[in-house]
Amino acid sequence: MTGDTVLIAEDLKRYYEVSRGAFHGHALLKAVDGVSFRLQKGKTLAVVGESGCGKSTLARLVTMIEQPTGGTLTIAGLPAVDASAEVRKALRPKVQIVFQNPYSSLNPRQKIGESLEEPLLVNTDLSKKERRKRAQGMLANVGLRPEHYDRYPHMFSGGQRQRIAIARALMLEPQILVLDEPVSALDVSIQAQVLNLLTEIIDRLNLAYLFISHDLSVVRHIADEVMVMYLGKAVEHGPRDEIFSTPRHPYTRALLSATPIPDPARKKERIVLKGELPSPLDPPSGCPFHPRCPLAFERCPREMPLLLPAGRSLVACHAVEEQEKAMSLASGKAA
Amino acid sequence: MALLEINNLTVEFSTSHGPFRAVDGVSFSLDRGEVLAIVGESGSGKSVAMLAVMGLLPWTARVTADRLVFDGKELLGLDDRARRAIIGKDITMIFQEPMSSLNPCFTVGFQLIESLQFHLGMSRKQARNRAIEILRDVGISAAERRMSAFPHQLSGGMNQRVMIAIAIACKPKLLIADEPTTALDVTIQAQILDLLLSLQRETGMALVLITHSMGVVAETAERVSVQYAGQKVEEQDVAGLFSDPHHPYTAALLAALPERSSARRLPSIPGVVPGQFNRPTGCLFTPRCSYATDLCRKLAPPPQPPALGFALCHYPLIAGRPQGHPGNREAAE
Repeated sequence: MTGDTVLIAEDLKRYYEVSRGAFHGHALLKAVDGVSFRLQKGKTLAVVGESGCGKSTLARLVTMIEQPTGGTLTIAGLPAVDASAEVRKALRPKVQIVFQNPYSSLNPRQKIGESLEEPLLVNTDLSKKERRKRAQGMLANVGLRPEHYDRYPHMFSGGQRQRIAIARALMLEPQILVLDEPVSALDVSIQAQVLNLLTEIIDRLNLAYLFISHDLSVVRHIADEVMVMYLGKAVEHGPRDEIFSTPRHPYTRALLSATPIPDPARKKERIVLKGELPSPLDPPSGCPFHPRCPLAFERCPREMPLLLPAGRSLVACHAVEEQEKAMSLASGKAA
Repeated sequence: MALLEINNLTVEFSTSHGPFRAVDGVSFSLDRGEVLAIVGESGSGKSVAMLAVMGLLPWTARVTADRLVFDGKELLGLDDRARRAIIGKDITMIFQEPMSSLNPCFTVGFQLIESLQFHLGMSRKQARNRAIEILRDVGISAAERRMSAFPHQLSGGMNQRVMIAIAIACKPKLLIADEPTTALDVTIQAQILDLLLSLQRETGMALVLITHSMGVVAETAERVSVQYAGQKVEEQDVAGLFSDPHHPYTAALLAALPERSSARRLPSIPGVVPGQFNRPTGCLFTPRCSYATDLCRKLAPPPQPPALGFALCHYPLIAGRPQGHPGNREAAE
């Protein structure tokens, strides 16, 4: 493990057993089905996908809110799966999370100061005075004023609440910050403020971000690396510039072309996908994307594609795989 | 003659802390077959203005306007019976949350047939056949089977298609879409926007699209009205708005989009939208505006001429430079 890697996830799986009523057996829902990635200090990995693709489940696994059903998770060099209670307790402060909706993630009956101090109260044995000092320092760090310490969440706007949620996540000086759609509930002008705060923090504290979002324009701004998920699987994974300049997987391409671009002069061809996300309880055979895929051919419904290198990315698609093969053959012949 | 003409529309809610002005002197007109987008952040009064047109506001709201004319009829002060003949037939509306706008107790078919029977006086059989046709038009496969489905059995995108089907069932002259795609995924959003636009072209209805997404505006609208804190601050055709915004708010909003900035730090707008208790005197944007002067703080600006996008600003921008701003002269000297 190199010095900069703070988290390694290998083949991470989370299955749920879902009851379908008294007369049916249990169904197996594969929310996250074999996902691997690494988080590095000072870098942002963005996970992109539509609702139901498993990106929030992934966040819950990484923050150890839930145990994976399979695979390994190594945080700061220690295995987190099936670890002892002490190890897990020691690991928890290293990974913190900021949720999407700052209206429901803050306790309305708790003053901001108490909210910020609670992680310290639980995890450290600092004195009351010291806790207060740290909380007030953190308020300044996220662009709030010291007098906000004694206020309640309802006295703040959405953007300010999200700042408070970020401050609370930073109280224990984590190494990894999981951001689950942190700006989706905010207006454009506020969104820019919070994104700026996030870039400031990562530059200053050298954290690793796991940034979960469905908004590709935000991802393009903040991410270093992008992983696109579809029905619990990674379909494309690569450096940001590679994903946005040469998207290879047909789903990534459709996602990019469906994102509205605020420039009326730019008329682009739009790949409108047929149909909707299939039920994860009854996923299609073979490649889960084949019923909606414009490139699907006879191999797709039969075989599950593997995540294979293509250019600087990893892509799980039979069509891309064959294309790459043909290209390497052609170049081999030419040589 | 314009299809919808709104002149100086104001909506005030009486709250326990005194009146709150949600819409403040908004005017615009809309022609037949036109697509107008209304953009603004939350609290800018864009939905409330359209709900006032629909007559769907609660009794705490006080609606005043110099003119609120739809298709030659004054809507203000219309009695309920006359209003019901227009609303749901000639003007229809779809909302953000398709799941909560449909009645969960009735089948999709029942809710569609209801409006056909009520407004067009069709028999049950006629209405049923027409309803199936409309469901096909909005791209629902197996329409006949879906007629007996309940909203909870359909996905969000499907439900929004059903909402659209109900809205266009009586061939309206005006469809108001209030954030129709905000609750949906991007790929489904693309489908729904394409559907709305193709229906608009086929039927020649006018479309008002309320949204907060500049991307959606750029891809769908012909003309755009920008609202801020209840006021219309700018109105332009879509190409002009994106290439040369005249109001500092529009300019700042466009600059804050991650898509339009390559810098690591986004140019953000400081502060927040003013609420009920911190409404500034003079121009409402002054606390957040980088060009604000004493004049702005004292005097509410008049709308500029149409060539400057009706910008509600003392120093409207042309190519990013504020016109007549005292800072300009200093810089020149």
